[in-house]
Amino acid sequence: MAKHDTIRALVKRGVSEELAERVADAGLTLGALKALTPSELAERISISAEEAEEILALVGSKPKREVTPEEDTSLEAKVARLKVPQSVKDELIAKLSKLDLSKRQIDKVLKRVEEEYERVRIDPCEAVGIVAAQSIGEPGTQMTMRTFHYAGVAEIYVTLGLPRIIEIVDARKTPSTPMMVIKLDEEHRHDKQKAHALATKIEATYPSHLGDIITLPDEMMIRIDVDDRALERRGISMEDLFQKIQDHGKFNADLELDEENRSIIIRPKEYSYRELLQLRERLTSTNPSSGILISGIKGITRVVIRHEDGEYTLYTEGSALKEVLELDGVDATRTTTNNINEIENVLGIEAARNAIITEMVNTLSEQGLNVDIRHLMLVADMMTVDGEVKQIGRHGVAGEKASVLSRAAFEVTVNHLLDASLYGYVDELRGVTENVIVGQPIRLGTGDVELVAKPYGKVVE
Amino acid sequence: MKGGTLLDHELVPKHEVLTEEEEKAVLRKYKVSKRQLPKIKYSDPIAREIGAEVGQIIKITRDSKTAGKSIAYRVVIDQ
Repeated sequence: MAKHDTIRALVKRGVSEELAERVADAGLTLGALKALTPSELAERISISAEEAEEILALVGSKPKREVTPEEDTSLEAKVARLKVPQSVKDELIAKLSKLDLSKRQIDKVLKRVEEEYERVRIDPCEAVGIVAAQSIGEPGTQMTMRTFHYAGVAEIYVTLGLPRIIEIVDARKTPSTPMMVIKLDEEHRHDKQKAHALATKIEATYPSHLGDIITLPDEMMIRIDVDDRALERRGISMEDLFQKIQDHGKFNADLELDEENRSIIIRPKEYSYRELLQLRERLTSTNPSSGILISGIKGITRVVIRHEDGEYTLYTEGSALKEVLELDGVDATRTTTNNINEIENVLGIEAARNAIITEMVNTLSEQGLNVDIRHLMLVADMMTVDGEVKQIGRHGVAGEKASVLSRAAFEVTVNHLLDASLYGYVDELRGVTENVIVGQPIRLGTGDVELVAKPYGKVVE
Repeated sequence: MKGGTLLDHELVPKHEVLTEEEEKAVLRKYKVSKRQLPKIKYSDPIAREIGAEVGQIIKITRDSKTAGKSIAYRVVIDQ
């Protein structure tokens, strides 16, 4: 058949079988192919322009023609054609342009670099996950089990060391010590006054920060003796405070503003000690869910201003990324939090991936450990591959493995085996763990190679 | 977010929606189907920002510490 002949002819000229079939399926013969331009061909059988060009080059009028002569022989163009990562290319250009080398020498260097890159690349079927696990696990044994540390000189508590790493790979919804680094915009970052004003705007303020809350059971009332200096420091007026407490209104009480004595008097409407105590509880609470927020952002309990790298930066205990990014004066491009869940919700999955990597690198390097970033990138990739941050562990990556035996070997063995037997699951024995369990060669390295025979020239329909 | 967009944040790499032809070229290059690609939710803030639809492929150009620049693809899933 003509179709077969076309495919054979194309394959003979070095076109891949898959592409050849596509060309033949489109009803093109070798002759018709020669009359087409690359873009026409690309459109006709919906392939990329490069592939079309390649096919045409292979079937062109001079079928045995060598690779098209390289028109551009400048260093940049030559380097750009290499099959190496961008960082290697940049380094090559930077270094080679400083040296006085002949064209032949340069070609030789480039060739060696490409060969070397190809040599050190991870081979297909390499068990990178195991390598990553060991590369992170071993330094993990040297980490202090329980370190609470201050972030730099500012007196902010942050969990570091092993507990922090565990927190990250477990994808906890909130870290045990959430914190933010708030960078300021051009207007605020050099002015201490303005930075300070912003800090007070961010720090959550509750009634107990602004004065003494005194319970007087004899008179059935609670009195807030307001501290004027505290008010001034936080830029709140007496009226504001009164209004905020009154607006909160979720309690059954009468409020009275005693301007003369600088105090607020609160009396429960009902004459009961229980009411009074509950009222007191509400007023003294600094809990984000039950306290009465006077000013600031819920969840940010403390703000510290630091001057570093020539600008004022705010460090906070507690985190509220979404709210902070919307504030005037905040540099919304550089402000971050250590709460990865929040980053995922506000900035998306890719930002979460970046945050996982940087948090892990920072935690490890703070302990003086040096883990290759590629291992951490692999972990972050696995955690974010499904579009949401999954933990490494039985509720995430390890729990979603296809093999029953592999899952049973990890945690909660009985549950997995029981479920599998109840529902009649089949284990295809494609992974490593399950093949070790049943005592078969694992599909890794040389174990993954199979001989595939394909009779030449015969297309199996 | 006030001023600018989320896309300007330093943690967010460049996201682009691929055209149909580009999608085909990518799938052919890696010899995979769409469901084998990493995923990004339709509700992802960045997916919303660039207006990606379910089933489209997003090209992500990451600043990589090892490769300088690396390109990843995610397919938009319905969630």
